Amino acid sequence: MEFFERFAIPHPSPAIYASMVAIGLTVIAIIAGLTYFKKWGYIWREWLTTVDHKRIGIMYLISALLMLFRGGVDAIMMRSQLAVPGNTLLDAQHYNEIFTTHGIVMILFMAMPFIIALMNFVVPLQIGARDVAFPRLNALSFWLFFFAAMLFNISFVVGGSPDAGWTSYFPLAGNEHSPHVGTNYYMIAIQIAGLGTLMTGINFIVTILKMRAPGMTLMKMPMFTWSALITNVIIVFAFPVLTIALAMGTMDRLFGTHFFSIDNGGMDMLWANLFWVWGHPEVYILILPAFGIYSEVISTFARRNLYGYKSMVASMVIISLFSFLVWVHHFFTMGQGAFVNSIFSVTTMAIAVPTGIKIFNWLFTLWKGKIVMTTPMLYSMLFIPIFTIGGVTGVMLGMSAADYQYHNTMFLVAHFHLVIIPGVVFAMLAGLTYWWPKMFGFMLNERIGKWAAWLIAVGTCVAFFPMFISGLDGQARRMYTYSEATGFGFWNMLSFIGAGILAIGFVLIVYNIYYSTRYATRDIGADPWDARTLEWATHSPVPEYNFAITPEVNSSEALWDEKKKGHKLFKGSYQEIHMPSKSGVPFIMSAIFFVFGFAMIFSLWILAIVSLLGIFACLIHRSFEQDHGYHISVKEIEETEAKMGGAKG
Amino acid sequence: MKELFPRKQVMGFIFSLVLTVAALLVYFLDLSFALGMTVLLVTAFLQAGLQLVVFMHAGESEDKATIYTNVYYGLIIALVTIFGTLLAMIWGMV
Ligand code: HEM
Ligand SMILES: [Cu+2]
Repeated sequence: MEFFERFAIPHPSPAIYASMVAIGLTVIAIIAGLTYFKKWGYIWREWLTTVDHKRIGIMYLISALLMLFRGGVDAIMMRSQLAVPGNTLLDAQHYNEIFTTHGIVMILFMAMPFIIALMNFVVPLQIGARDVAFPRLNALSFWLFFFAAMLFNISFVVGGSPDAGWTSYFPLAGNEHSPHVGTNYYMIAIQIAGLGTLMTGINFIVTILKMRAPGMTLMKMPMFTWSALITNVIIVFAFPVLTIALAMGTMDRLFGTHFFSIDNGGMDMLWANLFWVWGHPEVYILILPAFGIYSEVISTFARRNLYGYKSMVASMVIISLFSFLVWVHHFFTMGQGAFVNSIFSVTTMAIAVPTGIKIFNWLFTLWKGKIVMTTPMLYSMLFIPIFTIGGVTGVMLGMSAADYQYHNTMFLVAHFHLVIIPGVVFAMLAGLTYWWPKMFGFMLNERIGKWAAWLIAVGTCVAFFPMFISGLDGQARRMYTYSEATGFGFWNMLSFIGAGILAIGFVLIVYNIYYSTRYATRDIGADPWDARTLEWATHSPVPEYNFAITPEVNSSEALWDEKKKGHKLFKGSYQEIHMPSKSGVPFIMSAIFFVFGFAMIFSLWILAIVSLLGIFACLIHRSFEQDHGYHISVKEIEETEAKMGGAKG
Repeated sequence: MKELFPRKQVMGFIFSLVLTVAALLVYFLDLSFALGMTVLLVTAFLQAGLQLVVFMHAGESEDKATIYTNVYYGLIIALVTIFGTLLAMIWGMV
């Protein structure tokens, strides 16, 4: 019995026991359902072993949406707790665990997979490629992320969740102040997901640099592909820092080293430093693909080419460099002197300039456009003003002297939600709606979509604007309650109402998916939005080889050229196509990683060693495996193309 | 025969062994901290460059420009991170 005690929740409550039951029932339901409908073979063949970038993209998407709801439930619980002064819905410990997991789930397990989902689905199509450069590695990236997310999510029913904030600052995150296993979950689950992300970074850089269609020079890439390239460059240079920081943190917690302790020559502040060396570039990893999506959506629905292509590219390149020069603005108050703070204040202000350039370029694109207000366009239009407010308050926070007032108050919380929600969430929903027909062959209902967009925008404003005021009044972040005398009650009640409106918006999106799946027409053709870039030159649904004939391109809007300027995209005749074969190893290896992570978290050394050997066995298998892929014959291509309504071009 | 002998690689290998010995000497000789660190840093950078150019063939394919751009970019980021950290954590602390 003693052995099992370590898995107990240190601080249980009826809600947690209820979740345990719910999780158990869901797992049983899934297993029973798959068995009853005899779907195990299908799941394994078509999804678990796939290396197709489109399917991997869709799996990322589903996981991201699931995590959005997990994080959303956390958010609603926090806002409910704070809605009235002196509330006792949650106690301090639960509140700590909830804001910690909310932050990690939303950033690492919702926003990251969401952008990677869209990159996976769209980038190869946009550059005219048949898949990513390393399809098997891509599958490994996904499964590592997926199992890491699962590992992280079981923390609240097995052993207890991390509770030291998503930033997990030492010494609070050290063994002395966080003795239970929660922070081990943090260190190890994020490490595993991070490995997957790093591989994605390398994979997409190579894909974009090496696999573009003939004629597509770098300066003729669609803007979303450009943003994906820059994002992945930042990933490759930023994530190793997190990897190292987490490894050091893990050693401190599991093996008694003293990297981040206060005694024995350790330096607790070094954790905060390393965390933000990764953390600030990370916020640009999130925002740049969103900028790419807005660029595509705005130029499609303003019915004209993007204004200032070159300055768009230049500003992203500059952002990629500058994003590594500002991290100290996250801890202006830690004790470094005015000189250091001034340096980082200036770099912080400087980065707002290229961001501003992009905003103006969008406005100029709209200026003489013939605007069609579709749902993705509506998200883009709502994004511009709300994001600008978030950005401007960022510049306020960037003034180090003033930051002594704002730091760690609700003002900061308002800032980053007002950049991340319009910046990332709106963009992902815009991209989802925009590319949905390419993914699933029908469109999402526009009327419900617009209702959801408005509700989410209004909800965001109502939920987060009050925090500017209560923050300036002195309400600290991460406090589980406050007294009536503070006067924060009114503002927090407003925030709670806003959170409710947001929740309704998200429920409406789910309803829209259900509604459109049932009622939407399937007869929409390959290019329902009258778009401009290559991904819309494929059939819907996209055949596994994407393009029967490799397209030839002479501008960043190749499809538009074909439609309006008589450019011929597809020249020549069908050739045999070489495709990568499926593999179950990425799935199996990541499942072993899950076991390894679990063993490390609970210091089960024998299991850890055994599973580590399993991981190496998978690596060795891969090294000696003979895999030449397979070929699709010309005859098969002809059949598929005929079924899809004739060859294009 | 002359064409077959991988002269560059063998020279590179010997040089990399020399660098390793030089770095190892810091442990055995009684050098001052500053001198020891200097030796370590210089040998480390030389060693890394050697590996990239001689053994990983950085400059030998058509992707030469991309590869070097990447390396320089990485170098800049690494230096900024290290000196920025020193600045914020040690030199700038009051
Ligand atoms: C216009 C450019 C921006 C500026 C000048 C800026 C500035 C700042 C500053 C100075 C802080 C630290 C404040 C403090 O802790 O007292 C901060 C926090 C934060 N910012 Fe921004 N920011 C900008 C854009 C963004 C964007 C685009 C994102 C995300 C997509 C973002 C996400 C965050 C997050 C997540 C935090 C808080 C992290 C935490 O402490 O938990 N910011 N920002
Ligand atoms: Cu920052």
